[in-house]
Amino acid sequence: MGEDTVGTAADAAVAIQGVTKRFGDVVAVDNIDLEIADGEFFAMLGPSGCGKTTTLRMIAGLEFPTEGSLKIFGDEVGTLPPNKRPVNTVFQNYALFPHMSVLDNVAFGLKMQGASKKDAASAASEMISLVQLGGMEKRKPSQLSGGQQQRVALARALVNKPKVLLLDEPLGALDLKLRQEMQTELKSLQRELGVSFVFVTHDQEEALTMSDRIAVMHDGELLQVGTAEELYDRPVNRFVADFIGQTNLVDATVVDDDVIALGNGTKIMAPNPYPAGTKVSMSLRPESISIGGPDDIPDEFEQTSLRGEVTNVTYLGHSHVYTVAVDWMPLEVRTNATPTSVVYEPGSQVGIWWDRRSDWVVPDEGYGS
Amino acid sequence: MTTTSPAPSALATPEFEAANEKQKRRRGFLLALPAYVYLSLFFAIPLFIVVVYSFATRTRSGGTALEEWNLDSYRKLGEPIVTDILLRSITLAVITTVICLLLAYPFSYFLATRKETTRNIMLVFVMIPFWSNFLVRNYAWRVLLGNDGPVSQLTETIGLGETTVLFTPTAIVLGLVYGFLPFMILPMYAAIERMDWSLIEASRDLGATGFQTFKKVTFPLSMPGVIAGSILVFIPSLGAYVTPQILGGGKKTMLGSYIVTQFLTARNWPVGAAVSTVLMFVMLMATLIYFRKGGRTL
Amino acid sequence: MSSTQKELRGASKWALSANAVLVYLFFYAPIALLVLYSFSDDELVGRWGGFTLDWYRAFGENDEVQGALGVSIRVAIISTLISVVLGTMSALALERFRFRGQKIFDALLYLPVIIPDVTMAVMMLLFFTQGISLLDSILGIQISKGIATVALSHIAFSISFVSIVVRARLAGMNEKLEEAAQDLYASKWQTFRHVTFPLIAPGVIGGALLALTLSLDDVVITQFVAGPGSTTLPVYVFGLIRRGVSPLINAVSVVMLAASILLVLLSSLAQRARGGQAT
Repeated sequence: MGEDTVGTAADAAVAIQGVTKRFGDVVAVDNIDLEIADGEFFAMLGPSGCGKTTTLRMIAGLEFPTEGSLKIFGDEVGTLPPNKRPVNTVFQNYALFPHMSVLDNVAFGLKMQGASKKDAASAASEMISLVQLGGMEKRKPSQLSGGQQQRVALARALVNKPKVLLLDEPLGALDLKLRQEMQTELKSLQRELGVSFVFVTHDQEEALTMSDRIAVMHDGELLQVGTAEELYDRPVNRFVADFIGQTNLVDATVVDDDVIALGNGTKIMAPNPYPAGTKVSMSLRPESISIGGPDDIPDEFEQTSLRGEVTNVTYLGHSHVYTVAVDWMPLEVRTNATPTSVVYEPGSQVGIWWDRRSDWVVPDEGYGS
Repeated sequence: MTTTSPAPSALATPEFEAANEKQKRRRGFLLALPAYVYLSLFFAIPLFIVVVYSFATRTRSGGTALEEWNLDSYRKLGEPIVTDILLRSITLAVITTVICLLLAYPFSYFLATRKETTRNIMLVFVMIPFWSNFLVRNYAWRVLLGNDGPVSQLTETIGLGETTVLFTPTAIVLGLVYGFLPFMILPMYAAIERMDWSLIEASRDLGATGFQTFKKVTFPLSMPGVIAGSILVFIPSLGAYVTPQILGGGKKTMLGSYIVTQFLTARNWPVGAAVSTVLMFVMLMATLIYFRKGGRTL
Repeated sequence: MSSTQKELRGASKWALSANAVLVYLFFYAPIALLVLYSFSDDELVGRWGGFTLDWYRAFGENDEVQGALGVSIRVAIISTLISVVLGTMSALALERFRFRGQKIFDALLYLPVIIPDVTMAVMMLLFFTQGISLLDSILGIQISKGIATVALSHIAFSISFVSIVVRARLAGMNEKLEEAAQDLYASKWQTFRHVTFPLIAPGVIGGALLALTLSLDDVVITQFVAGPGSTTLPVYVFGLIRRGVSPLINAVSVVMLAASILLVLLSSLAQRARGGQAT
């Protein structure tokens, strides 16, 4: 989708404002604000127990918020039971009704809404063909493979034409190959239908490849919402920097707007908005670092370079991963492996450098790794 | 019932959440209520009455006077007649439990190591006696052990003379084992079956002999089943009434028969109630121990 | 689990197999002989005197036996129906809800299972004796022990067994299925009717068959609470046995045994019908 025109509250598919959910003394979701646009493929990402599933369940109506506003297309729904909300869910492990055929599973929602048996069945068959399960209507869920069950779960939810489709770890139960296949399929299905998909996952790669935007949650808090590039290149704190992809987090102190000083005193060019003296961390992606001999550092990178010793090399086929110790501070460096590339053995003295746009300064508070 | 059902599109508030929780709790309570009331009326109150009666006094006419509460009935439990019966009951119940253990353990182990289909068929044939009429099964032994019964005929034919087991403690134990063996097998089988078999392999792999493995690994792992089975056999054996009546001839009574006699013939209700209370207490303790030890199901 | 890990070797395998044969022989030989003798044309119960159906004919013609059988069946049906409803409701309450007094209720529900039946018999006897005289003296209502007191006592222990069986089934059922139904526009009642109930039905049927069996088998409690005219078949047979064995008892016993076995097979079928699909 070209420019991000995230709508205003009125036409946002889901608008969450100041929503908190407490279970006894445990704060599962802590005062979050979030807007999901119509037609958006939106991921909620975080480690288990971060509150992402609780948030999804609140949108579905399976939990009620302790407080806050939850709107779907402008209508307040926070206190509506799940059967009164225009959303449907694809459950983790699918939760298909084991005693019903595929057809009855898919027709269930329509029947509950009062559709006649005939109408429900014909709409259900149509949806079953759409997810490429034509001919399997009579089977029981236990007679289907994992991938097929997941399609039934999708059909069962989508046949109701929900305004928002919620997916709870939808691909978690599938093996790697099938998962990659389904990622593409989900994505194209979503484009075809134009319905907002909100899905919960703990797998950052899945979130990065599939979604238009991603919300990163931790300990009930919403840390950052943005596109994959925004999260990857401009994380708001150490947790996001570390959780999305791999990164080197180096402790530092702000010197001025453009310069920070590392623990060993080395000054590094790193534009930042923090006042001098602030403790910060520099996030540096392993793949944006170049490696060479101690004297190979090009002049223009002098202010974004360090010298150290290789302590470990791992060959990954397409790349080499070096651990470079800079005054006992280990940094990971990843270089493309080509037949001509020089390999630095452990013990070699090396220089490492990077483009000044590749380092990124995050505040030091919270979420150490 | 008009519960406070908030307007459909209200903003979520802590009050709404609390009201919703409360409504859910009430729904659960209402669902439990009929059985709750029923069991309070027809179980808890009767239980209470028995305990009350155990402190009452027997009148000369065989009635029960509730006015003067005392511990006479419990004192009576110390008299030789009762302690004899108690000791005999405990001895027979222990012997029964031990025999059941010895038969059931290898059986359950064997069962748990069969292929699934074989195992299921074997299990059904354990379930049949488990569910079959207890009275009838005891009666079968009465027929077998009778004067000219098949067992006696057999022993006479092979020159061992007439069998005179009927109406002896041996017959009672035989009947109890026959009646309660499934109670031992089922929990024991369940425990052995869900054991982590790789641990046994690991033990063998580490050089333990078959016996060492059994002693150090298999047996401790199957302990929950052993405890559950023992309790399930010991408790009903202790309170058995039907078996001593049919196979023991009622000559040397056990605890269960003694209680029944106190109520139906001797008409000494307070003493009967006191013995019942003690029996109940023992049973409760055993159950608590079982749950403490991590037992889950009975 | 691979079978290689559980392979038994040599001598221990022989010993275990022999023990298993012994156990089954122990279980079934007495039953088989009892069945055999029930067809024996001999006044002595343990002797073979040629084949006859006389004892079954006597069973059919004996009014007392038929009367007791009728009482047994009526009591079993009434107590099963009521205990299945109450037991299933309490299983749902305990497994799907949290409410005040839940722990006490749970304990109260467990007690009838573990209490020795002699104790329970005494409890019910005292309760009904007291209750009947209380009703007479306060309200002037005259009632006596009969089918009602027997059924009430049977319900008191059956509720617990039904509830345990249904609870096990509910615990094995994925709660997400109920959430899924609600997410698909089912009301609470529709969720129960279309999802929860069909999935726990085998447990409910199993519980019902268990309640039926328990009611049909009970001797001790029934003996204490039955009045004249409400003697059940087991109580009647128990009375006969205490006076001595007879070929008629053989026949009656075999009929009771057949009924038990039929119920086990039915229940194992019920469990298998949708077995293992509840998760």
